[in-house]
Amino acid sequence: MKPAVAMLLLAGLALAACQREERDTRPQSALGSGEQPTPVTALEPGGQRPSPTDNKAASFEANAFHLSEGKRLFGWFNCSGCHANGGGGMGPALMDEKWIYGSSMESIHATIRDGRPNGMPSFRDKIPDDQIWELAAFVRSLSGNAPSSAAPSRNDDMMAHPSENRMPDAATLGKSP
Amino acid sequence: MPAKNYASTRYSELAEINEGNVKNLQVAFTFSTGVNKGQEAAPLVVGTTMYIVTPFPNIVYALDLSKPGAPMKWKYEPNPEPAAQGVACCDVVNRGAAFADGRLFFNTLDGHTIALDANSGQPIWNAHIGNINIGETITMAPLVVKGKVLVGNSGGEMGVRGWVKALDAGDGHVVWTAYNTGPDKDVLIGPDFKPHYDMDKGKDLGVTTWPPEAWKIGGGNMWGWISYDPDLNLIFHGTGNPGPWNPDLRPGDNKWTSGIFARDPDTGAAKWFYQWSPHDLHDYDGINEQVLLDLNWQGKPRKVLVRPERNGYLYLLDRTTGEVLSAKPYGPVNSSKGVDLKTGRLIENPDKLTGTGKVVRDICPTASGLKDWQPSAFSPKTGLLYIPHNNLCMDEEGVEVNYIAGTPYVGMNVRMIPGPGGNRGAFTAWDIAGEKPAWSLKENFPVWSGAVATAGDVVFYGTMEGWFKAVSAKTGELLWQFKTSSGIIGQPITYRGPDGHQYVAVLSGVGGWAGAIVSGDLDPRDATAALGFVNAMKDLKNATTAGGTLYVFRLP
Ligand code: HEC
Repeated sequence: MKPAVAMLLLAGLALAACQREERDTRPQSALGSGEQPTPVTALEPGGQRPSPTDNKAASFEANAFHLSEGKRLFGWFNCSGCHANGGGGMGPALMDEKWIYGSSMESIHATIRDGRPNGMPSFRDKIPDDQIWELAAFVRSLSGNAPSSAAPSRNDDMMAHPSENRMPDAATLGKSP
Repeated sequence: MPAKNYASTRYSELAEINEGNVKNLQVAFTFSTGVNKGQEAAPLVVGTTMYIVTPFPNIVYALDLSKPGAPMKWKYEPNPEPAAQGVACCDVVNRGAAFADGRLFFNTLDGHTIALDANSGQPIWNAHIGNINIGETITMAPLVVKGKVLVGNSGGEMGVRGWVKALDAGDGHVVWTAYNTGPDKDVLIGPDFKPHYDMDKGKDLGVTTWPPEAWKIGGGNMWGWISYDPDLNLIFHGTGNPGPWNPDLRPGDNKWTSGIFARDPDTGAAKWFYQWSPHDLHDYDGINEQVLLDLNWQGKPRKVLVRPERNGYLYLLDRTTGEVLSAKPYGPVNSSKGVDLKTGRLIENPDKLTGTGKVVRDICPTASGLKDWQPSAFSPKTGLLYIPHNNLCMDEEGVEVNYIAGTPYVGMNVRMIPGPGGNRGAFTAWDIAGEKPAWSLKENFPVWSGAVATAGDVVFYGTMEGWFKAVSAKTGELLWQFKTSSGIIGQPITYRGPDGHQYVAVLSGVGGWAGAIVSGDLDPRDATAALGFVNAMKDLKNATTAGGTLYVFRLP
């Protein structure tokens, strides 16, 4: 390999690595207060439902730091008490391809912030908004919806399932487990 | 009452169906409950009516047995708060109703006790006694004793402080409340309290055997069975596991969790207490059924209480004093090394101590116990106790946990595996006098249904695949079986119908903690799902699907 090409490759890798770890040095401390409308249905009489876009979503997704923070918070706020390590218990499984209220970052953010009627508590007054985004990104990684370069790898604790960065995309897995 | 009598024997004198003819049983009628969650309830037959309580949303049906096909007489929908489903630890089950003086009493998942006119289904009173926002639910069947409806709360996985309440059967007001943790005055411990063992003597042990304030969120819930002895005028009820599961977070004996109280039903005053699992390490709730028997023990007539306990021992207690007469394992146990009959204390196994950051492997029995809530039956004809139970072991790792009211407070990663032999369940007939099993049947899945024994020497139970089985009370030989539409985790009953003939009834519909993988559609790739139970039940989704159907059988 020519040295120049190698240099380029290295530089490319270094840049990619930067993005992987990119984060605000001063995260927003506001509680979960975002108000963007997030439809929970695919039905919009007569028309096309506008897909929700929150530019927050993109900056939290695919980011290794935020994903690992999300994983820590998932235990910290007792999400794991109801959803186990993604397989579910008192709450539904989060690692499968079935979503009641939508699989987008925005939908999951809304689920955590506002709660859901059949027993998902509202964490609006408990978790800062940025941390809700971190949780949402981590929840998506449970079903393989995060780049393996960024998703958490080895567990410090008892391995409940293959690490998030080895999770296949639940939706394209073909069949329900 | 679901347990048949105050002594909770689940034994019926009916003998029309016997060992010889049980093979001819056929379906008399079926009824869909319309709810596809774990059906743990016992149908209740009073006169010519059968009453059924469904899991959440806790619909009550009255079926008229005097007409062909048992048409619906009335139904009552309490419309419980849907959010209650999120704080119910182990599926949204209900264990049935109780009947007294023309009224039907039952509990709803969101913490109400309701009295209905049994004839019309009209509500008479509705007492709101549990708060889902601190994680409190009610799943047990109430027991009515001397005009009082006895009820306890669930929530041992949510840091809920356990209690038992007596509600006035007339208007539902709370007559007394006994907490299972905290100062003596809250626990209703007074001058009458005379525990048999030194470990249970002292002032305010419900406070001093905990780290500061921990008793307020320490569990000890009462979601299981209550028995009553009218001669002694005592009720007996167990107490659930301490919270959180991770024992490092609550040094001390954690009174009065994982034990049993004898109380005066009129005042709630405690008479004695015994602790099955002091400083519980493995979620060994102490709430199983207590079968009250009068028998000769080592030559002397004794009033005893028989308890197949979650920690794996079959206890015989003197029910007048709380003294342990016998405690023998009725299946594989390695989490402890026996019970010291002098001190009454469970002897810990140092190899199986759990704690923060430590994975301890192959602990038997599991958090769900050698036996969980599923009630056993006793036949005075054979002297055997018929115990439906589990055969599972587990790995446990304690982790840090924050108390956030209304969310789980467990602090333990658990993954369960099949026990020795690979059969995950067993149905064991225990010879009480001989302190050993008479026979034991292996089942592939945990036997999560109750049992009923009859004078026809036939015993009934169900399996999680959906088989409803009749076996010989003497030998355990399989005499008849019928495959129902879903796994069975309910309590079978038998009754004499208006036509004078004997019937057998059971609810089919898989779920509960063991069946949550199906009723909650959990993901078997996570070994810790449903508090670790899913790991042992990975294949249940291939064996059965959710359901909710009543089956009633009779001879042709
Ligand atoms: C007290 C139990 C409980 C706790 C704690 C809890 N959840 Fe839930 N969660 C539920 C239940 C029950 C549902 C289903 C709600 C429904 O169907 O309406 C749910 C639903 C969800 C969903 C939607 C799933 C779908 O299919 O659309 C997500 C995402 C979720 N929870 C994430 C979280 C996160 C992240 C946390 C921690 C901040 C958390 N949950 C804490 C019980 C809980």
